[in-house]
Amino acid sequence: MRHSEVFNLSSIAPEVRIAIRNLNFYYGRFHALKNVTMDIQTNKVTAFIGPSGCGKSTLLRTFNRLHELYPANRTTGQILLDGKNVLDHREDPTLLRARVGMVFQKPTPFPMSIYENIAFGVRLYERLTSVEMDERVEWALSKAALWPEVKDKLRQSGNGLSGGQQQRLCIARCIAIKPEVILLDEPCSALDPISTAHIEELVHDLKSDYTVVMVTHNMQQAARVSDYTAYMYLGELIEFDETDQIFTKPNQKATEDYITGKFG
Amino acid sequence: MNPIPTQPAERAPVPAGQARGSGYLADRLFEWMTRIFALLVLFTLLAILASLVVTSAPSLKAFGFSFLWSEDWDPVQDKYGALIPVYGTLVSSFVALLIAVPISFGIAVFLTEMSPPWLKRPLGTAIELLAAIPSIIYGMWGLFSFAPIFSRTLQPFLIQTLGKIPFAGQLFQGPPLGIGLLTASIILAIMVIPFISSVMRDVFELVPVVLKESAYGLGATTWEVVWRVVLPYTRAGVVGGIMLGLGRALGETMAVTFVIGNTQHLSPSLLAPGNSIASSLANEFAEAVGDLYTSALIELGLLLFIITTIVLAMAKLMLLRMGQREGTRS
Repeated sequence: MRHSEVFNLSSIAPEVRIAIRNLNFYYGRFHALKNVTMDIQTNKVTAFIGPSGCGKSTLLRTFNRLHELYPANRTTGQILLDGKNVLDHREDPTLLRARVGMVFQKPTPFPMSIYENIAFGVRLYERLTSVEMDERVEWALSKAALWPEVKDKLRQSGNGLSGGQQQRLCIARCIAIKPEVILLDEPCSALDPISTAHIEELVHDLKSDYTVVMVTHNMQQAARVSDYTAYMYLGELIEFDETDQIFTKPNQKATEDYITGKFG
Repeated sequence: MNPIPTQPAERAPVPAGQARGSGYLADRLFEWMTRIFALLVLFTLLAILASLVVTSAPSLKAFGFSFLWSEDWDPVQDKYGALIPVYGTLVSSFVALLIAVPISFGIAVFLTEMSPPWLKRPLGTAIELLAAIPSIIYGMWGLFSFAPIFSRTLQPFLIQTLGKIPFAGQLFQGPPLGIGLLTASIILAIMVIPFISSVMRDVFELVPVVLKESAYGLGATTWEVVWRVVLPYTRAGVVGGIMLGLGRALGETMAVTFVIGNTQHLSPSLLAPGNSIASSLANEFAEAVGDLYTSALIELGLLLFIITTIVLAMAKLMLLRMGQREGTRS
């Protein structure tokens, strides 16, 4: 037992933030992820691509154990965050989610003011004075490149912002609790091209401080913003490599077919 | 004869206005009919209000505003005041909501957030069936089953414990009679729970899954998600559900008449028997003799009408205020 743990840890390179080992996922009886093993690098952007239903979102949602909200979902295998298995049921999922933040397909501002949208998550973990909270809100909004646009209307509802602004608000909300990893689940799928460009730029800036994992259905986006790309198909990880490698000379025929648009 | 429809080319061309003439007329007719139906509601409301005012005129003239705060209800001397029934109506409904709202909230949260799928449907149906029970059955059950048990168990306990507290203890003093304001409140609470909880459940289910997931994704617990995200998101619906319950509680007649005690007596204790507007009307209308007595009863009805209108207006105002606090939408 002890031996295998040592073996497991020693097999992970130090620059790896998340190590996935033989991960299987079941929606009830449906086998949605098949024996996935991969290493996610620290302070890099990793993109998951693949046709709809390939399991890329499912994989992402296991990283913060969001899948556990639905009782029929079941996993086997390990996801090691800094060497510790996050799927271990003895671990508190809410503490994990402070370290692994998530942004969703659609902007989801909470029904409260812009300020409160940021402060809500912070208050779950920290007791800050109002001055500290003001600073934290400003810091998070600046980090998400939203501060100049909203600094005069912090008390207004988050629903009054445009779609792109709302999505940056959601990113700010996620950053505000100082996670190590940020999961982006098709963050631009509901946005116009200009807002998308904003978000992509932001993702590029974020990787100096965070490890970013994003799911995208847009291959150009993966090519533009990611350092590593994983191609998934029918629940299997087909190929995982540096983005340049995947998009210029993939090892697998299946990956090449998908990328060149012969399929999918 | 010919199974194939004749070609459009064979049809004589007609000016546009004439071609759509009959359709246009029917549409206008339809529009007017719907308008009349809608106005009918308003007209009925105003007609009821007017007839209440007209028929209660003798009482309005005889007592004026003192009708509102007079404790008298003396058919022998023909002196009437609304304080006791108004107090009974407001207090029993308010206490009923105090009991029913938290329970309904719990039911709705359980059904939407926590219940295993196989339990959802039977439980939801059972709660809706509670609403289908006629109110007279609640009244009989309250009088014959609930009140005796209540007077033997919970009432003595309340008198022994809460009754000893200074000031607030006054609410729980007196003999454990079984019937009274609190009994009426509890029966009313049971009656309005299905309404409030099914409205709450329906609006909670409208909350986008991804909104809840993003709160969970920040590390919020189920309670934090429900309290900070689901409830603010569904505020209007929740307040609406509570008001629906309050409206029912204020006007409920049969069940309350059975258990409230029907005495014209004002007591600070919730355990004491009292009276409500609706049960006064139900009890006394048939035996009311003389113009003044009848018109005093009708004035009570008018008051009930006004109270429900004020409650609804306050609810609307509250929603407006809460909307402003949340922040304006640009």
